[in-house]
Amino acid sequence: MAQRAVPVTARWPGALAGALVLVLTIGTLGAVAWRAEWGGGLAPADWAAIRFTILQALLSAALSVLLAIPVARALARRRFWGRQLLITLLGAPFILPVIVAVLGLLAIFGRSGILNDGLGWFGIEPISIFGLHGVVLAHVFFNMPLAVRFILQGWLSIPAERFRLAASLNAPVGRLLEWPMLRAVVPSTFLVIFLICLTSFAVALTMGGGPRATTVELAIYQAVRFDFDLGRAALLACIQFVLCVVAAVFAWRVTGTDPIGAGLDRVVQRWDLARPAVDFAAIGLAALFLLLPLAMILLRGLPGFLDMPTTVWAAAMRSIVVAFGSAALCVLMALALALRGGAMVSVIGVMPLAASGLVVGTGAFLLVFPFVRPADVALLVTMLVNATLALPFALRSVAPAVAQIKQDYGRLALSLSMIRWSWVRLVVLPRVRRPLGFAAGLAAALSMGDLGVIALFAGQAEETLPLAMYRLMGAYRMETAASAALLLVTLSFALFWLCDRWGRADADM
Amino acid sequence: MKNTTYLPVVAGLALCATSAMAETPVLQVMTYDSFVTEWGPGPAIEAAFEAECACDLQFVGTGDGAALLARLQLEGPRTEADIVLGLDTNLTAAARETDLFAPHGVAADLDLPIAWTDTDFLPFDWGYFAFVGNAGADAPTSLRALADSDTKIVIQDPRSSTPGLGLLMWVKAAYGDEAPALWAGLADNIVTVTPGWSEAYGMFLEGEADAVLSYTTSPAYHLIAEEDDSKVAWAFDEGHYMQVEVAGKVAGTDQPELADQFLAFMVSDGFQSVIPTTNWMYPAVTPAGGLPEGFETLLTPAQSLLLSPEDVAALRDAALDEWRNALSQ
Repeated sequence: MAQRAVPVTARWPGALAGALVLVLTIGTLGAVAWRAEWGGGLAPADWAAIRFTILQALLSAALSVLLAIPVARALARRRFWGRQLLITLLGAPFILPVIVAVLGLLAIFGRSGILNDGLGWFGIEPISIFGLHGVVLAHVFFNMPLAVRFILQGWLSIPAERFRLAASLNAPVGRLLEWPMLRAVVPSTFLVIFLICLTSFAVALTMGGGPRATTVELAIYQAVRFDFDLGRAALLACIQFVLCVVAAVFAWRVTGTDPIGAGLDRVVQRWDLARPAVDFAAIGLAALFLLLPLAMILLRGLPGFLDMPTTVWAAAMRSIVVAFGSAALCVLMALALALRGGAMVSVIGVMPLAASGLVVGTGAFLLVFPFVRPADVALLVTMLVNATLALPFALRSVAPAVAQIKQDYGRLALSLSMIRWSWVRLVVLPRVRRPLGFAAGLAAALSMGDLGVIALFAGQAEETLPLAMYRLMGAYRMETAASAALLLVTLSFALFWLCDRWGRADADM
Repeated sequence: MKNTTYLPVVAGLALCATSAMAETPVLQVMTYDSFVTEWGPGPAIEAAFEAECACDLQFVGTGDGAALLARLQLEGPRTEADIVLGLDTNLTAAARETDLFAPHGVAADLDLPIAWTDTDFLPFDWGYFAFVGNAGADAPTSLRALADSDTKIVIQDPRSSTPGLGLLMWVKAAYGDEAPALWAGLADNIVTVTPGWSEAYGMFLEGEADAVLSYTTSPAYHLIAEEDDSKVAWAFDEGHYMQVEVAGKVAGTDQPELADQFLAFMVSDGFQSVIPTTNWMYPAVTPAGGLPEGFETLLTPAQSLLLSPEDVAALRDAALDEWRNALSQ
């Protein structure tokens, strides 16, 4: 029967999920290239954009990961009141829409922000946040939460027995347990963040202070929107894919062997801990850096919260539906691909990260337009695209758990003749509930904040909350927009919390 | 078998629906996003036009002016749009090149500071670009003085936004070959360059800069809608570059008469009286009731600058390179 000692599951769900990812990444790129009239190659300015893109992505990813390590370690080994809530809250910046996060950051680090006000008290010249350092700061703000989350999972996956054993033998925990875990977790975390920053555009431009901070994604935007040069857009999108592949290969080469199992997010009892001050300083600083801008968003949005027009609430309802749809879809796809397993799945798992949002949207538009009115399928396409874009994060959390279950229970299940649905239902699902919940929450939250695809497809009747917020800003209604932003953040966070909570419902906390 | 019972009913309903729709012709107007929101001119104009046309006017909103043109190019000759509304003169050369537009055929008495000769595109509103700052602050009196000062400004990227492109052409129209030197002088004034107008305006209101590139009519919004007179547009000696927003008739439209009727309506009071306090621009034809109270307080530039669409098309790439080089130093 089966070659491996793993119960057989149907092959088509994985194939279907893989095909969808391919259509939305390579397929949309192909559609754009197909429509293109091929002209000249890359201009010198494009090369400058490529260099800047790589530089800022490397710095942002490196800093995010480096800063996340002490925070994750502190959270993994300290117990304190509200720890669980803090871990969830720290994840919030990752799901913020760009413009909301930028205004939140500026309220702290901007010219009339808290930091410069504080410096002014001491007679220190105000600092400017705009430039490469601003781009990196914003990207760290967005992505450090993700890094903390991934690395924390790594720490918690080290079985408690090993720490106990290490303590009884007086063995060095750092070298024997923590270093191998970091070797396994850090490269893939770095890769994911590097790829996210690689396709950044609004953050890089706004915080970068000018055309020095042009990224490849902005060049694509310009090619599509201003020059209508689809050939150049497709070429630049291909370059993004190549950069992604190079980065992925590099990350896989330096990745150590996978540690054992997914974590239960429990505090591991440790015997080798001295100075708690260092840990609490790390947690405190991270909380200050990540939560202060969120607090500013809250302050700005509260005054007009109850005066928001009904259209905003209607848009919010629509966004919630889309978020649930794409979360469900994303989780199904992740599970199907994870059950399938193998190298191909790893490749498919990072491809959406390398895809240019604008090319995906434009390509999808070109694919759909000959057959239906784009506005009719706006919400459906938004669901599909967002489910696909969130897939890398979902797979990153579901796939290792499924692989572990196969390893641990595969033989036993086979000996009991459990295959297909009974294997999935009785063995796999109960055990991946936690990563599934996390993945669903992330997908729902990311989809809430999406502005890429919907802007190209939606008419008036398909307006989602981020689009409504943006339209409010465009109509001078900055205060109402701030309230819509607060609603958006609150809903994203609530969705994330709900799904994540469902995942841990039966866990021993 | 169960399903077949309902089939005739469903088919009948569908037939009724299509025949009902066939009686009311649909006119589709593709425009930019902010035009169709509940605060934009869209709803009032839709009601006014539908009252006289016995048709269904549908707005399709998409991004800003540049996104609008890209959307039309994506759709190509198959587009369902009958009218495209919201391009500006910096985009009309590219729009004309698509061969998707037919002459507008409207002879109207326009109230523009310049003569209008374009037979393909018809203006519906216009405004002047200007830097908007806080009342009472030191205001530079020219682009040159701004470049020499240490005033901090936020501008939009000419590669992704229409006001950004407007400033690029403003500097080019005022300084010609000297434009690179002016940009070099402005480089240390520019706090940052944003992808679109909203981000820049939001950052200005949050106090990130002393002024933002916007329109002379922006203070009218604060004055009329918020009763706040703290925002002023700065008058510059070189003159102010104009933005003229136009509409065009799609050549392949299946409703040519209705499209013509709409274009004629567009320069009538029913459309024009809505523009000032919804789109916050000057109407292309001043309505019978005049401009709303508050508009008389706005800055009227001594000189209007506007490059022809052909000049814009010829100058744009070189001007963009100058801009990028000067600001990348």
